[in-house]
Amino acid sequence: MIDNHILAPVFIHLFTAIVQLIAWRKTVTQRFLGVGGTFIGLLIAIRLFTKVYEEGTLHLNASNWESPFGIVFVADMLSATMVLLTSIAGFAVAIFSSTGISRQRMLYGYFPIFHFLLMGLNGAFLTGDIFNLYVWFEVVIISSFVLMTLGGRKTQLEGAVKYMAMNILASTFFLTGIGILYGITGSLNMADLALKIKLIENQSLVGITSIFFLIGFGIKSAVFPLYYWLPSSYHTPPSAVAATFGGLLTKVGIYAILRVFSLIFIPDEFTKNLFMVMAVLTILTGSFGALIKSNIRRMFSYLIVCHIGFMLGGIAMFTKLALMGTIFYLIHDILVKTNMFLIAGVIRQLRGTLNMPKLGGLYHHYPMISLLIALVLFSLVGIPPLSGFWPKIYLFQSAFFDRQFFFVGALIVGSLATLYVIANMWSEVFWKKTPQDVEVDDKFKDLAPFKKILLILPILILCSVTLYVGLNAENIIQVVDRITNELLDTSSYLQTVLGDKAFRP
Amino acid sequence: MELLLVAVIGLLYAAGVYLILRRSMVKLLLGIMLLGNATNILIFLLGNITKGKPPVMDANHNIFQDIYADPIPQALILTAIVISFALTAFAIVLLKRVYALVDTDDLDNLTTPEEEDI
Repeated sequence: MIDNHILAPVFIHLFTAIVQLIAWRKTVTQRFLGVGGTFIGLLIAIRLFTKVYEEGTLHLNASNWESPFGIVFVADMLSATMVLLTSIAGFAVAIFSSTGISRQRMLYGYFPIFHFLLMGLNGAFLTGDIFNLYVWFEVVIISSFVLMTLGGRKTQLEGAVKYMAMNILASTFFLTGIGILYGITGSLNMADLALKIKLIENQSLVGITSIFFLIGFGIKSAVFPLYYWLPSSYHTPPSAVAATFGGLLTKVGIYAILRVFSLIFIPDEFTKNLFMVMAVLTILTGSFGALIKSNIRRMFSYLIVCHIGFMLGGIAMFTKLALMGTIFYLIHDILVKTNMFLIAGVIRQLRGTLNMPKLGGLYHHYPMISLLIALVLFSLVGIPPLSGFWPKIYLFQSAFFDRQFFFVGALIVGSLATLYVIANMWSEVFWKKTPQDVEVDDKFKDLAPFKKILLILPILILCSVTLYVGLNAENIIQVVDRITNELLDTSSYLQTVLGDKAFRP
Repeated sequence: MELLLVAVIGLLYAAGVYLILRRSMVKLLLGIMLLGNATNILIFLLGNITKGKPPVMDANHNIFQDIYADPIPQALILTAIVISFALTAFAIVLLKRVYALVDTDDLDNLTTPEEEDI
């Protein structure tokens, strides 16, 4: 069904960014616009989600060029869910940024760039054209480069070099893949590609092309052995930026893998095994990395890598149960990882450092904030009935049915490592007494009450959404079930985009 | 013509990969640029390089009867060039700033231990 409102989540952020550019150097106006723009974006995303949920997949042909000739935008359940989660995370980060980002960074245009980033993310989720996906990816990475370097501290710039080099390389791989794919099929429309790719005689060339896509998306989503840029750059930018990156950017890679490998390249035995090996090693290296880090944000960076492996393993099995686990984990992960980095920002405000040996006594001084943080940590670890628990059940169950015992082992190691580092963090940061020789630099105490609320409210929002996901898992499972059915049986997607052409021989 | 382009593409990819494996930041940048250009030429090659065959249809026909030069890859390259231009511009400024701060061109020396943030 054609619906022009699909593009609203993209345009709201473009519009907000432009208005903020007009209000250049007026940081108060920009803050209000930022929170207001993301709030309207959230309402639009909710509306899009309910519409897709009720009416099925929507699509829009840009300039009325009939697909497969023009660029097409498609909102199916997966896209709508991702847009909704992006908007929730974006709203929370925008509130946090209004006090968590220094005034210098706002003067250099933090807010407009943040909105361009959200625009790129929403565009990437909604497009149905593979080259358009590349363009949205570029919008995302150029915005993220600016956000990463904004402020210009030495460590930031050093992290940015690694981040930039690897991301440009990923785009090059992706573009090469697109080029070859266009050469062998003559199409860029994802639905059209899905039909044409089956008719190619030289299927080994198709397999090689899929590896280009896998490397490109693999670098972006930080899977083994392509993730080394992530832990060496994600701890450098301000916490609000790190929250956006940690929560959303790696998940775009997972979304792209899900989309491309369910629609265009259906995984064969070789690809599945490759995915599985990568997933197991991602989990193991990520969790071992997290074990040895004493800086909270470096530890979280490794946890991102570890949990990407959980999702990739689900894709590797490519059964209904496994994909349900992957998508549920994706939903849970976006909310929790964004929240974790916001929490790191609050801890930094409370104590002036993120180095665990120098921290301590937070529970004694701030019991309410600590309890709120504890809830988030519990759902990250996956204590039942919180949100991290349900997807793991699916992943374990499908791994047993599929007899992937290495993956089961990796899941157990990964979950235990997560539990261990979080328990360690809890005792170091919250329960331990503040070390005697450390001077406490509590910026939070002197903040105006309104600013305190602005720092805590986003964590509260994300935490309540996580609680909703965990406690009302049956509603989420219905959504996840529909997404999985759409991924495994793409005929409704093809029918929506191509119309009757989809089933003509 | 095709054969020449294929050779150029192979050369550019090889040189690009070699350069990004070096330690120097400037060579990293050059390598990334070469890889980008190699990809652009690859896409160009895939659009049927034929002389004097514009994608214009004869008035008497409804479909193309002959091989024609595909215009879409050229549109794709144009987009990719604009994007890589912006990325390269950003990368040059970034590397210049890093050089000014760290005072070295060696990627191995980018290891300042991190403490401050926010």
